Amino acid sequence: MTTDYKPAIHFNHVDYSIDGNKILRGITGSFPEGKITTLVGPSGAGKTTLLKLCNGLLSPESGEIYIKDKGIDSFEPVELRRKVGIALQSAPMVSGTVYKNLALPVELRGEKYDKKEAESLLRDVGLDEKFLDRKVTDLSGGQQQKVSIARTLVNKPEILLLDEITSSLDRTSLKEMEELITLINRKYGTTIIWITHNLQQALDIGDYTWVMMDGEVVETGESKLLRSPANDRVKSFVQGGAQ
Amino acid sequence: MTYLTLSITLIFVVIPLVLSKTLNLGLERDTIIATVRSIIQLLLVGFILKFVFDSESLLYIFLMVTLMIVAATHNARNKGASIKGITWKVAVTLIFVEVLTQGILIGLNITPPTAQYIISISGMVIGNSMVLSILFLNRFTAEVESHQDETELVLSLGGTPKQAIHTQLINSIKASMIPTIESQKTVGLVQLPGMMSGQIIAGADPIQAVQFQLLIMFLLLTTAAVTSVMLGFLSYPTLFNQRMQLIQKS
Ligand SMILES: Nc1ncnc2c1ncn2[C@@H]1O[C@H](COP(=O)(O)OP(=O)(O)OP(=O)(O)O)[C@@H](O)[C@H]1O
Ligand SMILES: [Mg+2]
Repeated sequence: MTTDYKPAIHFNHVDYSIDGNKILRGITGSFPEGKITTLVGPSGAGKTTLLKLCNGLLSPESGEIYIKDKGIDSFEPVELRRKVGIALQSAPMVSGTVYKNLALPVELRGEKYDKKEAESLLRDVGLDEKFLDRKVTDLSGGQQQKVSIARTLVNKPEILLLDEITSSLDRTSLKEMEELITLINRKYGTTIIWITHNLQQALDIGDYTWVMMDGEVVETGESKLLRSPANDRVKSFVQGGAQ
Repeated sequence: MTYLTLSITLIFVVIPLVLSKTLNLGLERDTIIATVRSIIQLLLVGFILKFVFDSESLLYIFLMVTLMIVAATHNARNKGASIKGITWKVAVTLIFVEVLTQGILIGLNITPPTAQYIISISGMVIGNSMVLSILFLNRFTAEVESHQDETELVLSLGGTPKQAIHTQLINSIKASMIPTIESQKTVGLVQLPGMMSGQIIAGADPIQAVQFQLLIMFLLLTTAAVTSVMLGFLSYPTLFNQRMQLIQKS
């Protein structure tokens, strides 16, 4: 990428393995501050793993990661994870009500979460406030995804990592979610890294895009690269459509 | 009971053998092994106990209790093979429970500090503590495995390892203690506790046997609670590393 920007997160020759299997190889590159970067690639490419490295749920085997020019290990894990929030791919729920899930980030700090705030957040992600006292087990997959993203927003992270947050949403909800995330990006200057299998989405909402395959970053640039990729493997991936 | 009458009791072994044979249950071999083992093991223990009781030597008492703890640790630790350093964690728990209970019993003059009391009570306490350890470890490893997503979720929102594992830990502690509590609710209604029956048969006053049984049951409540809580708090940190990450296992 030749564009001039400040990196919110920078990777320098990062490797990651589990039990001797290389999951990520030689990851180098930056996620620009205040921008939306979409992350695409086939299943098993290592996208989720890369995201978890960004907020310290995992640590690299070798190489360095910088958050706003500071080595990632110089942050306290708790502080880092509040600063760099993630909405996990599986949208896990703690058992109980929607309110309990939304209050979780606040209660982990030993504070109480205001119901009014929870209600307004719920409306932001497109759920009626009457859902607040519903059991999460009674929600659909798409509704759980909305709760999951709302819960991540509670910590007001400076960097927002989104792992497939629209995979179970209908078209209308998907558009609403895209608008909400774009709004957060514009309004608060939040840096966003968004994994999606939906290439149209990656193109529509992304300022920049990373394409990953087999644990490597094969192409990066402005999101329009998806229209005419330079790399042959990326070309065939893009032509194969969203998978 | 003479050895002659004891050998007549083998009739109670012959009945299941005959049943197994005629119904093709295929349990003859195991029944015979179980019978032979119980005869040898118990007689051996009997002679050792007699020797230790007669000698009244503190060293022998200490050795007996140590042996119990070693055997119990060995049995329980396999259930927590995935937890690092589980052997010493179980051992420390068993030792703590033993010292705590004997300390209270002897310190408050509840039972006399004789081999007879120390060894029989230690056997029950350590045996129960072992069973509790196994129940706890079984449940805890299963809980951790099936709720990994939630653990990761709490960590990802800025929770500490303790917060991330809290629900699983509490559930496991509770689940492992329930059998002890439940069995005390019905005690005496359906069957008399083995120890109490033994005392009554041996000629003890039933009221005294009941008093002693109550003591043991209360003791086992403490044993259950302390074992699960202590093992729980010793075990959970090994699931995480310095950077508050769940240690990845294959
Ligand atoms: N805990 C783990 N143990 C073993 N292998 C793992 C583990 N986590 C991830 N992997 C492997 O690492 C590779 C990358 O996984 P990752 O979840 O990062 O892929 P992904 O790009 O997010 O895929 P998807 O689009 O399907 O979510 C996969 O081959 C996966 O099997
Ligand atoms: Mg993934």
